[in-house]
Amino acid sequence: MKRLLERNAWTAGLAGFLVLLLLATKLIQPDFGASGLDSLARSALPFALVTVGMAIVVIAGGIDLSVAAMMAVASVTAAVLMDGATDGQAVYAILSVLVLGLAMGALNGALIVVTRVPDIVVTLAMLFVWQGVALLILNAPGGGAAPWLRGLVVGGVTLPGVPPGLTDWLPSGVLFLAVVVAVLWLPIRRSKLGLMLYAVGSDPQAAFRSGVPVGPVRVAAYALCGLFAALGGLTVTMATGIGEPIPGPYLLASVAAVVLGGVVLGGGRGTILGPILAVFVLRTVRLDLTLMSVDPNVAAIVEGLIMVAVVMFGAVLATRGRRT
Amino acid sequence: MTMTTTEAPTARLGRLMVDQPLFPLTLILLALIAALAILNPAILSLFWVSNTLKIAIPLAMLAACQTLTMLTGGIDLSVGTAATIAAYVTATATPLIGAPSAIGIAMGCALAIGMVNGIGVAFARVHPLIMTLGTGLIATGCLLVYQRSVISTGTIYPEVLVWLGTGRTFGLPNGLFLFIPFAALILWAQRRTGFGRLLYAIGSNEAAARLSGVRVWQVHLTLYSLSGAIAGLSGLLYLGMVKTASLSLALPLDLPSVAAAVIGGTSIFGGRGGYGGTILGALILTVLATMLTLLQMPEGGRRILYGAIILLVTALYIRLTDRS
Repeated sequence: MKRLLERNAWTAGLAGFLVLLLLATKLIQPDFGASGLDSLARSALPFALVTVGMAIVVIAGGIDLSVAAMMAVASVTAAVLMDGATDGQAVYAILSVLVLGLAMGALNGALIVVTRVPDIVVTLAMLFVWQGVALLILNAPGGGAAPWLRGLVVGGVTLPGVPPGLTDWLPSGVLFLAVVVAVLWLPIRRSKLGLMLYAVGSDPQAAFRSGVPVGPVRVAAYALCGLFAALGGLTVTMATGIGEPIPGPYLLASVAAVVLGGVVLGGGRGTILGPILAVFVLRTVRLDLTLMSVDPNVAAIVEGLIMVAVVMFGAVLATRGRRT
Repeated sequence: MTMTTTEAPTARLGRLMVDQPLFPLTLILLALIAALAILNPAILSLFWVSNTLKIAIPLAMLAACQTLTMLTGGIDLSVGTAATIAAYVTATATPLIGAPSAIGIAMGCALAIGMVNGIGVAFARVHPLIMTLGTGLIATGCLLVYQRSVISTGTIYPEVLVWLGTGRTFGLPNGLFLFIPFAALILWAQRRTGFGRLLYAIGSNEAAARLSGVRVWQVHLTLYSLSGAIAGLSGLLYLGMVKTASLSLALPLDLPSVAAAVIGGTSIFGGRGGYGGTILGALILTVLATMLTLLQMPEGGRRILYGAIILLVTALYIRLTDRS
């Protein structure tokens, strides 16, 4: 038990900090309750999903600058496919968006492995390409989403057979996130692929000599990142009912959350839970600023400052780590 | 190198293209102009040449920021924001405090953005891409806050900027009066001054430069401040050219400025290239943009094309210089 705590000290600290922040929110706004938690979860969900994707790539020793643009592609594709579709067709639309996400990520990874151009340059170029694709699909926000999807990410959880009072406080967004991560990431983490992702991230050469197929593992990491980015874009469409061709500040936010979540830029170390907690911490700070009636533009500046400070701090730590 | 005798002819050609990029670039430019003449023979005239130069000048100046930062292996993605802020502040502050002080404040803002970038890159060792993206985001937030405070003042475009941006002398744009000394200064600085040589030294091998006594942080700080100042200057010129103060004035130039430097043969990994190629790259992109407009290519398609060009040129560059 003690060892478990020691190994996850950072994550535990983040969780404690998040609880403190939520208590502070309750102090600022005494009405803060189930609906407040729900709007927090709803705003954090796309950030959390894309951060999971970014964390996987960073753990595998890379970085993906095109996540926000891939989210935009997924969002507009989902909105266009689901516009006027029946509930049954919507399921196929979602499946095809997820496959599209995997394909976009795999293409990023394949380009990095095949051309041997550094990941940061390839994904920067692909950032522009995916932005262009999103604009070609939908020039302005529009499209539609099946109404039942909104219920998956908005409002309290209602489980059949359980009295509503017990589950009402839990936002559906959190449940959605937990289910997606549990279904997609945990099996991979436990499998050989999960181990290989960490191995490639910590030392690609050593991994190669121990028989890890480095190239395919990298492609798999980027494909997973694309999948989670597509999920993130999908939740944007699910929550708002429209597709957004111009992505929000998801790239910087995901890098900041990954760093704050204890994943080392450079790879090989960190968990998925830490970054997710970090996303909620950053979103709660934003929420508190809004509740304290700070001008939203000023709040955006403060948020940007926090993110840049976190990334700077992480970079200093990474440099220190390399020297010793 | 005694290897040259055993090299394949294609490799030798590749080396020639990497070492002397101006020659193939001129050929590409002429080929593009020829293709344009075939598409629309009526377009070629002195007026068209002058117009192309006029449009290419702000782009070439912003691409100077990319060229200089890329020489050290960095990049500056905040140039569009810095240019926009300089332009917006000039236009809105002129009615209040007069043109000279407004221009002074505007240049101060652009310089400040560059300095923040420099501090992050020099001291915290954040990757320039992430750092400049972050400052760009924060600066955009500041611009939105500023915009509210000046919403009623109206805008005035200082006459000297309008003269530079739209005037013509002997059929050629007046912008050349600013650009020719500017380009001469950059070309002289990169080859003949200690600062220029330090940029190449850091880009080729930062550790070696550090060990030979270069204070890398000073170079980074100066470089990014300079880049911010250049961006501000091109923003002013752009303001005189388009005579609209909008919040997204120069943002669309961000991506082409990177593309112009990459096309011009400056290596995104540092240590190779120069401003001469970048000027040709900016001209090529401007002619290409005219052609895409003639072919009615939508904005999304252009972004895809720019991204693809960056990726392709970089991959080609790696193939050509790979000696292993």
